Amino acid sequence: GNERRKGASRAEEGESQTRPERIDRGRRKRTRSHQDTKGSEGDEEVQPKIQSGRAAKTRKHTKNEKTRKKEEEEKAEKGEGKERHGKRKKTSASKKEREEVGGKHTMKEKAQEVKRKNIIQQMNCIHNSLSSEELEKLKEAVDERKKLIQALRGKPWPIKKKCVILRESQEFVEKYEGALGKGKGRKLYAYKVLMSKALMGRPYGTIPRKTVPRAEATSAMDFAVLWDFGVSCIITLTLTTSCFLQWPFHATFRKMCFQGYAQYSVLFYGYYNNQRAVGWLKFRMPLSYFLVGVGTVAYSYMVVIRTMARNANESGVGDDNSFNFNWRMFTSWDYLIGNPETADNKFASITTSFKEAILEEQESQKDDNIHLTRFLRVLANFLVLCCLAGSGYLIYFVVRRSQKFALDGLENHTWWERNEVNMVMSLLGMFCPMLFDVISALENYHPRVALQWQLGRIFALFLGNLYTFIIALMDEINLKREEENIIKFNITVWEASLFNGTVSVNSTAPPVTIEPADVPRGPCWETMVGQEFVRLIISDTMTTYITLLIGDFLRAVLVRFLNYCWCWDLEAGFPSYSEFDVSGNVLGLIFNQGMIWMGAFYAPCLPALNVLRLHVSMYLQCWAVMCCNVPQERVFKASGSNNFYMAMLLVILFLSTLPAIYTIVTIPPSFDCGPFSGKQRMFDVIQETLESDFPAWFGKVFSYASNPGLVLPFMLLMVLAIYYLQSTSKSYKEANMELKKKLQTVVQNMFPPLVQQSCFNVYF
Amino acid sequence: MGTTASQLGKDLLSEYQELTFLTKQEILLAYKRFSELLGKDEKDVLHERVPMDRILTLPELKSNPFRKRICYVFSTSDSKNGSLTFEDFLDLLSAFSDSATMEIKSHYAFRIFDFDDDGTLDCGDLEKLVNCLTGETDETKLTAEEMRQLISNILEESDIDKDGTVNLSEFQHVISRSPDFVR
Repeated sequence: GNERRKGASRAEEGESQTRPERIDRGRRKRTRSHQDTKGSEGDEEVQPKIQSGRAAKTRKHTKNEKTRKKEEEEKAEKGEGKERHGKRKKTSASKKEREEVGGKHTMKEKAQEVKRKNIIQQMNCIHNSLSSEELEKLKEAVDERKKLIQALRGKPWPIKKKCVILRESQEFVEKYEGALGKGKGRKLYAYKVLMSKALMGRPYGTIPRKTVPRAEATSAMDFAVLWDFGVSCIITLTLTTSCFLQWPFHATFRKMCFQGYAQYSVLFYGYYNNQRAVGWLKFRMPLSYFLVGVGTVAYSYMVVIRTMARNANESGVGDDNSFNFNWRMFTSWDYLIGNPETADNKFASITTSFKEAILEEQESQKDDNIHLTRFLRVLANFLVLCCLAGSGYLIYFVVRRSQKFALDGLENHTWWERNEVNMVMSLLGMFCPMLFDVISALENYHPRVALQWQLGRIFALFLGNLYTFIIALMDEINLKREEENIIKFNITVWEASLFNGTVSVNSTAPPVTIEPADVPRGPCWETMVGQEFVRLIISDTMTTYITLLIGDFLRAVLVRFLNYCWCWDLEAGFPSYSEFDVSGNVLGLIFNQGMIWMGAFYAPCLPALNVLRLHVSMYLQCWAVMCCNVPQERVFKASGSNNFYMAMLLVILFLSTLPAIYTIVTIPPSFDCGPFSGKQRMFDVIQETLESDFPAWFGKVFSYASNPGLVLPFMLLMVLAIYYLQSTSKSYKEANMELKKKLQTVVQNMFPPLVQQSCFNVYF
Repeated sequence: MGTTASQLGKDLLSEYQELTFLTKQEILLAYKRFSELLGKDEKDVLHERVPMDRILTLPELKSNPFRKRICYVFSTSDSKNGSLTFEDFLDLLSAFSDSATMEIKSHYAFRIFDFDDDGTLDCGDLEKLVNCLTGETDETKLTAEEMRQLISNILEESDIDKDGTVNLSEFQHVISRSPDFVR
């Protein structure tokens, strides 16, 4: 009640006081110079009331002797300050009065002048009397108060208490900041207050933040779309800029082939000319192609590893701290529930989750029939291996068949036979994981462990398929190279025939102009590889979309509408709505990225296509989730930290770039297509650049540096460094555990009563 | 009721903004909602104390199993009857707002869960907490055996000093690692 009255009275005084306060601060030092002593009687009456009010307040809030002493001095000064201000306020009104009553006031004016001079002297005294030490302490106190004001919002006290403290601290700061800062502190504070008043709608820290709704929190954490999108964007950007830089300089259009105009577009490797320097900028095109290709891989590595390091830092001390029961108890209630029915459902689900957790805990402590479990697990793994081998063989077989078809001429075969390989790969990718899921029921693992096994198996499936595909592709590459040799031979024969025709009598024959478009083109194996990858990705995309539409949407429609006329409850029983499988989708994204990395060197615009595909996928899947999916019953993250998926991504990055690197290093490029045509090996372009563009000494230095005698010891050193760092990190972890244990015993033995006491004091 | 919004003075408004995590619009909305709770003869929104049963008619609190505890915790009345003034109401909203810090939220959560107000969560508190969460009907309640097992698991996970109760720092330690709180 007391505080309320004070508050009310303060509110009344507030309006009249706040302005004087603000202006007063600004005036205190300036007034001594130019204030004219004009007065009216009314002021004197007003002054004492306000003065006493302020005095009362200040008296109440003084803490120590020193400040009290200062305050008494300041009080006197303040009284004068108020007076002066009061005079200022009424100056306009009193001007006339002044003129009228001119003579009467001269005595008063003189008295006031003297008073003012005294006050100024007093203030100077204060300044000089305070030693630097005291000034420092005062400054510290002011800073502390300022910090308190900033931190008030985060204190768990009732608003009333915070109000009191806020006003007290604000006064303190206003009073002394001026004395200390010689006007600067004052001005800054006044400015800050003014700004906060001007921006009243959005003061510091109160802009409402958007948070992820609970239901989607896990998928938001695991769903690496945005990250992927970012990396894809950067790769696209780099490749696109390098494309566009030499677009205007491409001269000839090649003969169109039945495989489509796209074959000769920027999309594929074959588009690029092998001219060494293009245009007036002397843009080194082949070099740039090579470096961009290598650079994107290096950049991807860097990004993945940096993300992993950051995740490892954030995940904190230990991954073993999963407070399963505590979280279920303290964080399971959804405070946004307002509907009693929903509340009942929530109660039921919480009860179920408690009971499940209890059961699980009991079962994990039971030592059941170990031998049977082990046997079943071995059996399950054997079955899985059979599946993987089977799928690998199937792909190989299909690729062989398609090669035969190609030799026959593709027009003779149906659409299915032409696109068999991609279809088979996509279908395998769709059905095998379901099979693995069924098999894993034999194993009887904890759900998180089972999830990790499942992800590992899908990973192995994907890799097996991809590598089989690549091996089959290698066969095709070899075929093309043989073809190339034949064509090269034919060309020499043809050119010779041309020359033979024209050189008759004259030895100086005019040069034969050969239309570039007429020269028979060699088969471009790199473009073929690029095409294969593009087709793979497109068929993968199509399969995903079709599964989505049929597996999710159609199923939801059927369940919803057939439920009315079916014998058992479709929604609760067998088909029901499909769950949104978070880990499966994340894996799909990772594999998609793996394929892009593999194909990016040979089809430079593949990342751009993928960005487009990711856009479309995102909207489509968003719609599908909202419309036809139900959340997973049990959301288990595959591991405590997000590094599980990142580690997978890293492995895929490594394995995807391996084939590209292998082909760069071993297979000679086509003789007439692409930026490296005519060279022995693709990386010869670097050699060439070093020889021609850089000064001679640079080349020498480089050749010394790439000497195996230097490189091998360097690699050895790096291996030793890795070993050393790993052993130190292990020892840090152990030290950490020791400290934790020590902390527990210390707290247990010595401080329980104190800890409780301090908690109690927190309550107001 | 049309002029209620303008009755909240600008100074007070800015002070509340300074001291809570709410924005200006949120405070004005809270003012409106609170004034709707008042009776016809109670005009002074800022100083009137609304009894708990009227607060509990708010749809947001009606289905909450902790509604009574929330009122008790945020109430500053001398008689501890759970009645709230407008400022208490703002405190409540601020603690539950999205921009509130984890420290504030965990502090108030601890107090809400501490049914006997003794500064720690002991077995009695935890039992009452579980019963609140599982609903009042008999089909959803846990058996005594399950309850015992659950409470011992909870204490095993979070009680660092092994005194049989969960104090504020242990509670904050657990909550700060929860995936719901990691921003």
